[in-house]
Amino acid sequence: MNISDPKEIFRQEAQDLLALLETTLLDLERAPGDGALIDTAFRALHTIKGSGSMFGFEVVAGFTHHVETAFDKVRQGTLAPNRELIAVALRARDHMRILIEEPEAADSAAGDAVLDDLRRIIAPAGAGAATVATTVVAAAPSGAPEVAATWRIRMKLPADAMANGTNPLLILDELRSLGAATVTAVTDAVPGLADIDPSVCHVTWEVDLTTSEPLSTIEDVFMFIRDEMTLEISPLEVAAATPSEGATVPAPGPAASAKIAAPAPATAPSTATPDARRDAAAARANSSVRVPAERLDELMERVGELVITQSRLRQISVASSDPSVKAVAEEIERLVLELRDTTMGIRMVPIGSLFGRFRRVVHDLSRDLGKQVELIMQGEETELDKTVIEQLNDPLVHMIRNAIDHGLEDPQERLAAGKSHSGRMVLSAEHAGTEVLIRLSDDGRGLDRDRIRERAVQRGLIAADAVLSDAELFQVLFLPGFSTAATVTSMSGRGVGMDVVKRTIEGLRGSIDLASTAGQGTRVTLRLPLTLAIIDGLLVRVGNGRYVVPLNAVEECVELSSEEDARSRGLSFLNIRGDLVPFLRLRELFAAKVPADRYQKVVVVSSGDLKVGLVVDQVIGDHQTVIKSLSKLHADIQMFSGATILGDGAVALILDVAQLVGFGQAQEERLKAVG
Amino acid sequence: MNETTDRSALEVLTLSLDDNVFALEAKYVREILDLVPITEVPTSNPFVGGLINVRGKVVPLADLRHKFGMTKRPDSLDTRIVVLEIDLDGDQTTVGLLADKVYEVTEMAASSLEETPRIGMMWRHEFIHCIAKRDDAFVVVLDLAAVFSSIGRDRPEFANDVAAGRSTARQSDTSLRD
Repeated sequence: MNISDPKEIFRQEAQDLLALLETTLLDLERAPGDGALIDTAFRALHTIKGSGSMFGFEVVAGFTHHVETAFDKVRQGTLAPNRELIAVALRARDHMRILIEEPEAADSAAGDAVLDDLRRIIAPAGAGAATVATTVVAAAPSGAPEVAATWRIRMKLPADAMANGTNPLLILDELRSLGAATVTAVTDAVPGLADIDPSVCHVTWEVDLTTSEPLSTIEDVFMFIRDEMTLEISPLEVAAATPSEGATVPAPGPAASAKIAAPAPATAPSTATPDARRDAAAARANSSVRVPAERLDELMERVGELVITQSRLRQISVASSDPSVKAVAEEIERLVLELRDTTMGIRMVPIGSLFGRFRRVVHDLSRDLGKQVELIMQGEETELDKTVIEQLNDPLVHMIRNAIDHGLEDPQERLAAGKSHSGRMVLSAEHAGTEVLIRLSDDGRGLDRDRIRERAVQRGLIAADAVLSDAELFQVLFLPGFSTAATVTSMSGRGVGMDVVKRTIEGLRGSIDLASTAGQGTRVTLRLPLTLAIIDGLLVRVGNGRYVVPLNAVEECVELSSEEDARSRGLSFLNIRGDLVPFLRLRELFAAKVPADRYQKVVVVSSGDLKVGLVVDQVIGDHQTVIKSLSKLHADIQMFSGATILGDGAVALILDVAQLVGFGQAQEERLKAVG
Repeated sequence: MNETTDRSALEVLTLSLDDNVFALEAKYVREILDLVPITEVPTSNPFVGGLINVRGKVVPLADLRHKFGMTKRPDSLDTRIVVLEIDLDGDQTTVGLLADKVYEVTEMAASSLEETPRIGMMWRHEFIHCIAKRDDAFVVVLDLAAVFSSIGRDRPEFANDVAAGRSTARQSDTSLRD
């Protein structure tokens, strides 16, 4: 993957920033007074604007500028971050996303509409801003004309600035372009010739600049290096009154203008926060690396090979009598297993990255549908394979839409039912063994059994007199073409969806359950494997071949008694605690040539609600497996979902349980028809 | 291996299948392995009825003797697996190929290469790249891309080979096609 294209880098960076902006805005809606959130939003906007214009996204920069201006006002306390503003800001953020990702699709009229709304919100506040501005002497909002003032700028570049391509001369030129400037180089820190490192910038500068531009324009000169550099900007007049360092302002500057005129108490906290924030941002930048997914796959493959080679080494060391060989083999075994776990861990991502997106979905939906929804998220730190997480987005969005649209009632209806005004939705994730459980529960009206039944009968999905348990009835919801909503809304009710959700989840080797109490709510539970690359399997033997049955599909293992074996020649049914379970003889299916073991075992597997017994010669034990897909030459094979390599280096096939269960059921139907 | 050398001379690997000498274009050959444990794939086309582990990768194993209707002789010390990289519908695929014996990598002079005669061949015309004359004997140079891309299309040929009861699914499948 080639990401050296600067525009592509900007797009990726902007994507992160837009996501950050969105969560921050949503947080801000809940806690409008939080200064840190306001600052984060402002900085995100500021960076998008700055990088945008640098990489040629002028339209983005231009548009973002207006939003940034609004948030600058918020930051200075002259504009309140109310719901209205946040709604507009969210729309603006969406427009920015379109501008960045698909500029040709961008509708400038839509952008103008957003900006008009934004102006409308700012306008009344603007009057208030004027009065504030008179008290805050030097803190004129950006864009306001100002009389010429003289600033003293002290700048010290980070040691690696030159290596990173920063040219101090350009910065000085840019300062000069703002007004009359006197530049003094401070050479105190320049070491002797013997010690000098020519690639490091040892010189610091003092610039006295007289300009009519506002402070923010001066700060913009340092936009891209401000986090690393030491920058002090102070008005010279003030500096003259208090010549000591007390008047200087530490970098970074976002809050600088307010600080200068503000009395001492305000200065202390506002200098602390930006520093802490900068440290946090730096730590975040250092702690993660973007890696193309295929490199991870390659790494995983190499580790898989290593694991197999290591197991061969172990076999050799077991046969060897040399204790030093044994010691090394054991050491390598330990290292390889650790390496495998670490490599697996790289693919794991906290699910919070996915959950975060849903806050916006809930926010928008609840506004559109006139319902109030409180979304509570739990277990965001739960980790899951990245591939799984990516594929979960659409199913979960669909489930959330369903819950808000069909599940939760209007505020009036809720109050009438003795519930709180706003609906409560809990989205949670937790580990359970080798699975992850994701639950979405709401406290809405619950599933309407009678209506589901009525609709199912109407559509011919169930017989009118069928006796069904709740669980069976709810399965109807997952059938294609089923929808109980009387009216089709734009959100849900088109009857496409739950069947797609179910298919997606099953494609991830997971399952989906519905539980509902009338009047009290619905709960959907998704069970998903931790990773797609590895499964826990049950190793069985049929004839000479060894096969892996995915362990999460295994219900139980029983022995096939000789009576049952003999009796079942015609009808292959097994009586398991009163339940008749059809079974398949894998020996016959696989045409095993060696004679059968005397005591045949049955592995009962399930797919959804259906159960089928698989008759095998031997149950060997459980086995953790790296899944390898089959090549195109075996594309016509239906019984196997993949293959894996066993500890001794041999290849074993993984049974496709869903296929086998379907096959067993079909056989049962056929036998019923015949019998 | 570029086009010009392709025209002038052909670098091939010669091997034996049921006492017949065949040649494969060397550009497809990745490595040659001693016999490793083979995992049977039930219900599969018997031509690619096995899977092997090649350095941690699961690789399908093809047996040309099946394709050409030869007798399968028991594995011996000489049995080898030729690992090939071929292009299957645009996908680079690694495939193993069983050989009773592998002789050598050699160069066939352009003058020794001849068009496949239409008649008098034991094997299907489309699987053969060309015929080379060497030491007064003829060597068949196989067209591997054709051999492997024919999988799935010539299934009825093997319908009889599918043992009874091997797969009810497959049987119903074929009966549908009939």
